[in-house]
Amino acid sequence: MAMAPTTTPQQLTQPGRRVQAAISEPRWVRLLLTTVAIGFLAMFLFIPLVAVFVNAFSLGYRVFFGAISDPDALSAIRLTLLTASIAVPLNLVFGLAAAWTIAKFDFRAKSVLMTLIDLPFAVSPVISGLIFVLLFGAEGWLGPWLAAHDLKIIFALPGIVISTTFVTFPFVARELIPVMQAYGNEEEEAAMVLGASGWQMFFRVTLPNVKWGLLYGIIICNARAMGEYGAVSVVSGKIRGLTATMPVFVELLYNGYEFAGAFAIASLLTSLALVTLAAKRILIYRSAVDSTGHQPQTPLVEKVGNIAA
Amino acid sequence: MSIEVRNIRKTFGNFVALDEVSLKVETGELVALLGMSGSGKTTLLRIISGLELPDSGSVHFHGSEATEVSVRDRRVGFVFQHYALFRHLSVFENVAFGLRVKPRASRPAEDYIRKRVHELLQLVQLDSMANRLPSQLSGGQRQRVALARALAVEPSVLLLDEPFGALDAKVRAELRRWLRRLHDELHITSVFVTHDQEEALELADRVVVMNQGRVEQIGTPADVYHHPATPFVYQFLGNVNLFHGRVEDGHVLIEGSSVELDEAPHRNGNAKERAHVYLRPHQLELALEASGGNEFRATVVHLNSAGPKVKVELVTEWGDPVFAEIDHDRFDALKLAKGHRVYARPKEKPRVFVYQI
Amino acid sequence: MNRTVLPGFRLAMGYTIVYLSLLVLIPLSTLFFKTAGIGWSGFWDAATSPRVMSAYRLSFSTAMIGALVNVGFGTLVAWTLVRYTFPFKSIVDALVDLPFALPTSVAGITLTTVYAENGWIGRWLAEVGIKAVFNSLGIVIALTFVGLPFVVRTVQPVLEDLDPELEEAAATLGASRLKVFTHVLGPALLPAILTGFALAFARALGEYGSVVFISGNLPLKTEVVPLLIMAKLEQFDYPGATAIAVVMLLISFTMILGVNLIQRWAARRFA
Repeated sequence: MAMAPTTTPQQLTQPGRRVQAAISEPRWVRLLLTTVAIGFLAMFLFIPLVAVFVNAFSLGYRVFFGAISDPDALSAIRLTLLTASIAVPLNLVFGLAAAWTIAKFDFRAKSVLMTLIDLPFAVSPVISGLIFVLLFGAEGWLGPWLAAHDLKIIFALPGIVISTTFVTFPFVARELIPVMQAYGNEEEEAAMVLGASGWQMFFRVTLPNVKWGLLYGIIICNARAMGEYGAVSVVSGKIRGLTATMPVFVELLYNGYEFAGAFAIASLLTSLALVTLAAKRILIYRSAVDSTGHQPQTPLVEKVGNIAA
Repeated sequence: MSIEVRNIRKTFGNFVALDEVSLKVETGELVALLGMSGSGKTTLLRIISGLELPDSGSVHFHGSEATEVSVRDRRVGFVFQHYALFRHLSVFENVAFGLRVKPRASRPAEDYIRKRVHELLQLVQLDSMANRLPSQLSGGQRQRVALARALAVEPSVLLLDEPFGALDAKVRAELRRWLRRLHDELHITSVFVTHDQEEALELADRVVVMNQGRVEQIGTPADVYHHPATPFVYQFLGNVNLFHGRVEDGHVLIEGSSVELDEAPHRNGNAKERAHVYLRPHQLELALEASGGNEFRATVVHLNSAGPKVKVELVTEWGDPVFAEIDHDRFDALKLAKGHRVYARPKEKPRVFVYQI
Repeated sequence: MNRTVLPGFRLAMGYTIVYLSLLVLIPLSTLFFKTAGIGWSGFWDAATSPRVMSAYRLSFSTAMIGALVNVGFGTLVAWTLVRYTFPFKSIVDALVDLPFALPTSVAGITLTTVYAENGWIGRWLAEVGIKAVFNSLGIVIALTFVGLPFVVRTVQPVLEDLDPELEEAAATLGASRLKVFTHVLGPALLPAILTGFALAFARALGEYGSVVFISGNLPLKTEVVPLLIMAKLEQFDYPGATAIAVVMLLISFTMILGVNLIQRWAARRFA
């Protein structure tokens, strides 16, 4: 089951079709539809996007740089990077293991497994945080045990890392599975016949074949890990300078009426999002080049599903 | 090294791919597994290689049991139908792969690898392409790289899965001849799978005709073509005309005609039974006048004289279609045209298969 | 199950299951155990109090409207991206995924700022008397934003794979473009549109970050369910929060099943 399609590079080698004039709409209809579509996107995408940057610099460069170099801001940036640097590798290994299991083997519980992997998409971020509070919080299952050993998970880094890992664990797997499935088993079989061991086959044949999907999976997992707000809000206690990640810090600044500062931090996160979108285009392009062996002739029309869900 | 499989059985769910298949391939032989899709030939090949495991039965290499040996340790060379070249590695690195993944103890030095790879690339006439990527090669070139790659680890057995199936007719014919020459040079025990009977008959020392998971016949190409053991083999190899008849008193009578064949049927049949009589198109003789022998009347429906022989399509007097092939000389002598009436008679003994009703 | 020859099944499967159990299954199960702990009547009270019912109604209605808006405009956007050309099209195409990559709090503050009465869009709306923040309209705007890519990205591939011969055949039979759309293209796109709708709806139900800013968070007026759960957590009313969370989860799981069924139905009917 797929909550929604993900990037499948094999599908992307077909160029978009140009519909013949004989079965196309009259010009005025096309103009109208295009304008309405662009207008919709402007209202909901372009204008809010631009607003982030404009507001970030609304009080000038000095205020901008002051905001992002403020100690609490630096602490938030450090915390965010640290969280991502733990969550992403963990989910990377999981993603490789899950993709290998699902893409290369046939077994009855496969659809159950795929549903489980899609689980975080069905769970509200607030609930994603709640479950860890119930598990590790003062009144939770493990609460007393943790208190006895003087270990803090909720309102501390471990809680942030665990809840972020939970929310982002499907991303690498979901990018890898269709890519692995598309490449089939033949090259792996060829490697085995030639005498390669399991790990030799995995590193020399499997990984190079999925490298673009893997790379993109890491990038999107990272973007979502650094950008997670709801679950971290619940779990961290939002203590400024201590347990506030960047997205939470944005809220704290905004609620404290420090708008320029809030948008300054927000602009950093938005830039990361834009880099992620650019990486996706590059992935599509590179994987199309790889599978056809030459540059695509016509402009590639994306046939991918969404990035995340 | 000889290969033997005994009583191999393999099912996929409810589908029986192989049903008690046994055969032996002698050292140095080139054997073809010939059949249609679903006949089990590729499954059998993969079981020999170790890429599939049989439900029951055993595989033996040179007398010793290999059924439980992992594919990695079997030292077979396998050439896939769609080449399965490592798309991100150059031609050179593809061929070198088997040498590079050897365990550290037995891994050869870089010099040796380079020498051997270039040797093999020269053997397959692709040395100039050593640095190209597979995507930059044609289908025929890719297949040759796949072959070189398989040979690099000095396998004792070479297995090829429809090696030319994905190629154009002309390239296929060229590679066929080339593979035969290669085999004559190297003498590696080889088994290849094909659905193309021309390919099997041209290349192989022996042909194994398979149908629905069973072996129909094993024999040299001449054997299976001229002495087919079952109707399936007869129909599969070459064109065929089928006449329906019945058996009476040791004779076979073709329905609707006055043709009576004296030949003893190739199956046991005494009382009244149905018979299928097979004749190849070139085994029919055409004449303008009756000769009083075993013949039937037919009308010419279509003529195709573009080719080494003239193909004549006829309809018998009882309404069945029949195909004949005659020499151009004979065709000119008869001055045949559409609508002409001719008399047709078998030139050689037809094959007769008898069925109990 | 076939004994297969590729290695690593047990290792990879084992690791996957352990990871899933530790990270996903056990934490999720705490919800159900906690709920069991407060008993059926406690659960029922917590899950159906007036404030909670009001939140369900609001969540459902705003998510529904947002998803429908996305169905309409999302299909249009997908159509435009696939069929038409215009300058910077590939940038526009890439930007459609922005709501996925953008942190929800960033989305929240920028949407609020833009649609506030003195905001870039808000001031035009104010001139016609429309208030777009701190009310349900604001929530719908935020939910439209987060659900935007879903319909577009499920419809786009289907549109691209459509055989032009279908439309050509309809045209030779005399159908106008509009008829072609309603009779030929519409049915072909329906499964994708339904899937996109379900995904956008499910996402909108659970959305927190972008909504919390634009809604103003007024209880019984602009409090959607995720906001309510958060409010209860801040008051340490864990049983209450858990009960509502369980209800939401059950609804979400039902939606996943729904999406599954849609896809299977579509595969059978249109394959």
